[in-house]
Amino acid sequence: MSAKPKSLLIRNGRVIDPASNIDAEMDILLRDGEVAEVAKKGKTRGSADEKFDARGMIVAPGFIDMHVHLREPGQAHKETIASGTRAAAAGGFTSVCAMPNTNPVNDSAEITAWMLSPERGAIVNVFPIAAATVGSKGQELTDFRGLQKAGAVALTDDGKPILEDEIMRDVLCAAAQVGLPVIQHAEDTRMTAGCSMNAGATAFRLGLRGMPDEAEAAIVERDVKLAAATKARLHVAHISTAGALEAVRKGKREKLAVSCEITPHHFTLIDEDVEARDSLAMYDSRFKMNPPLRSAADREAMLAALADGAIDAIATDHAPHSASEKNAEFEQAPFGITGLETALALAVTHLYREKRITLRRLVELFSATPARLLNLRGRGSLAVGSHADVTIFDPAKRWTYDTEKSASKSKNSPFGGWQLYGKVMATVVDGNIVYRF
Amino acid sequence: MAKRRSLLDLEHLSTDDMTGLLRLARRMQRGGPRPLLRRNRIALLFYESSTRTRVSFEFAAKALGATTSVITATASSIEKGESLLDTGYTLRALGTDLIVMRHPSSGAPHVLARNLDIPVVNAGDGLHEHPSQGLLDAYTILRHKKNLKGLRVAIVGDIFHSRVARSATQLLTRFGAHVTLCGPPELCPEIASTLAKNSSVVRHLDPAIRGVDVVMMLRIQKERLAGMNLDIPAYVAAYQLTADKLRIAKKDAIVMHPGPMLRGLEIAGEVADSSQSVIREQVENGVAVRMAILAWCLGAAK
Repeated sequence: MSAKPKSLLIRNGRVIDPASNIDAEMDILLRDGEVAEVAKKGKTRGSADEKFDARGMIVAPGFIDMHVHLREPGQAHKETIASGTRAAAAGGFTSVCAMPNTNPVNDSAEITAWMLSPERGAIVNVFPIAAATVGSKGQELTDFRGLQKAGAVALTDDGKPILEDEIMRDVLCAAAQVGLPVIQHAEDTRMTAGCSMNAGATAFRLGLRGMPDEAEAAIVERDVKLAAATKARLHVAHISTAGALEAVRKGKREKLAVSCEITPHHFTLIDEDVEARDSLAMYDSRFKMNPPLRSAADREAMLAALADGAIDAIATDHAPHSASEKNAEFEQAPFGITGLETALALAVTHLYREKRITLRRLVELFSATPARLLNLRGRGSLAVGSHADVTIFDPAKRWTYDTEKSASKSKNSPFGGWQLYGKVMATVVDGNIVYRF
Repeated sequence: MAKRRSLLDLEHLSTDDMTGLLRLARRMQRGGPRPLLRRNRIALLFYESSTRTRVSFEFAAKALGATTSVITATASSIEKGESLLDTGYTLRALGTDLIVMRHPSSGAPHVLARNLDIPVVNAGDGLHEHPSQGLLDAYTILRHKKNLKGLRVAIVGDIFHSRVARSATQLLTRFGAHVTLCGPPELCPEIASTLAKNSSVVRHLDPAIRGVDVVMMLRIQKERLAGMNLDIPAYVAAYQLTADKLRIAKKDAIVMHPGPMLRGLEIAGEVADSSQSVIREQVENGVAVRMAILAWCLGAAK
């Protein structure tokens, strides 16, 4: 990030900072990359080089996306760190966590450092999450301490699960020693081979082999037990089933360091959405992701958990793929959709406006909790002295998502053409406006 | 010029279109060959093996005067790794007016049709649908029964892997028939009853075929059973349609099978050859039904 000393005054907005228990009309002065003052309207004392009028807007701690596939190194045709972070900025994210399933897999301090090099051209903060096992092959543990020193904030073999009981136990033990959370892609792949969507009536009608929900629950249940035994911090990625959620709730009741995230598509869509009314619209791989869109009952369980706190964070699982890769037979097309640019609006439209959660809770899910779960000091809050990362959005503004105008290199979103509420008006990283509507 | 359209599945085909296609098939069968499609090039793109579907589509196209070319996965650029869409674009560039495609992946014809400006006819996609078979099954039933409404049809066997079962159920229930799906849990899961409003799952053969008008037997698709441990002798004992079992159905019940059938496995040879069997007639009707489909898709039907 550029370190040019300068100051920015964000005026007249409604500041929602759950970590500081603030929800009020306030002005915020950012200086030298830090929050310098938070004061009542017109009461900041220092002068500012630049002013931003946030009248009618929410001013929130910079959003943190715990789950992003930036595709570099190795798959720059899908996304680069530069293009992915531009999409993040457009979506209001000031920090993104880069998953290690790149090519080669990010299982070393060298690759972690390469990703963090200024030459990558990131315009928001990037926090690499490193592979828990060498090559994410699930056999040999990586050097957790070395990865942590290089800048990794968590460990995962995301894209696939850490399947073997013994290996997962070893990973949790070693991670607990260095204080890093372990993020699990909870899928018992022995139950999901050849499957391309959720098991159920829709899959049966479409003739697609279905992933049973037990495939997710089984891994989470085991992992919660292992987390209890190892005292490690376990974070369940992209939770999607009521069964897995029950296991997380159990872990939380037992006061274990167990947490989970949900993607916007899993609280917005269900498996029935894969089926279309018109033959020509069927088998659209923009509805293919892993975990798959689940049943209406699963979605209901997710919505309840977002409200009552069992789900800790919203993360996009932004998974860019080129048009030619996605435009293929449904069963052959790769899993995943883009999500950085639509996450906030889907949350505003389907969670806040549907009265499932408050704006304060929404902000918390995007900022305070991810910062806490990943130990990102000085982030996820607007308290004086915090990093000058701010997300400014208008929850009432209606807009239409146009994938063609996406900053991402890939356009594989099922939300193209959707009219949504909640527009990011400005994204501020390190005191600099990196995106402005 | 009349509308050109794809035939991808029966689930989304209107009841009027179904009726129209069945009537057109009747006219085709009565009238025989005619050069309705003599200016048309039809590609038969087969990613999976097939005897009756491929040959009957080819004969149907030729009976209408079209130029045809058969492309199979093992003797084309598909073997060299060409993608489905690139193969489609190539056929289009060669002047193909319509592609008939069989593919092991459910929905592949839908993806092809979405990306091309020519009609695509689904000749069987994965486990999903086999619309021309569904139409010829209905056509064959109507040669023996006055009406589909109120008819009781049992489909027995590997429902899970069967695109024939899915297409037949969609069409027959639309016209008011009741379809009973029957097989062991691993081949006929409870969820199969959600296929259509007027369908249900019955686990055992006797109650499934008691008093029915039509018994449709399906083949055990060994090639799709990946990972399943099916006890074949137990299956034969529980589900094979024998002459004895057939007596449970209505006296004038007809026996159908989409083929290829395995005599002595799902069906006893004597039943396949009995006077109640319309299995060979299904194959015969397939040509007329496919003539109707090709003419309809190319807007050449009057």
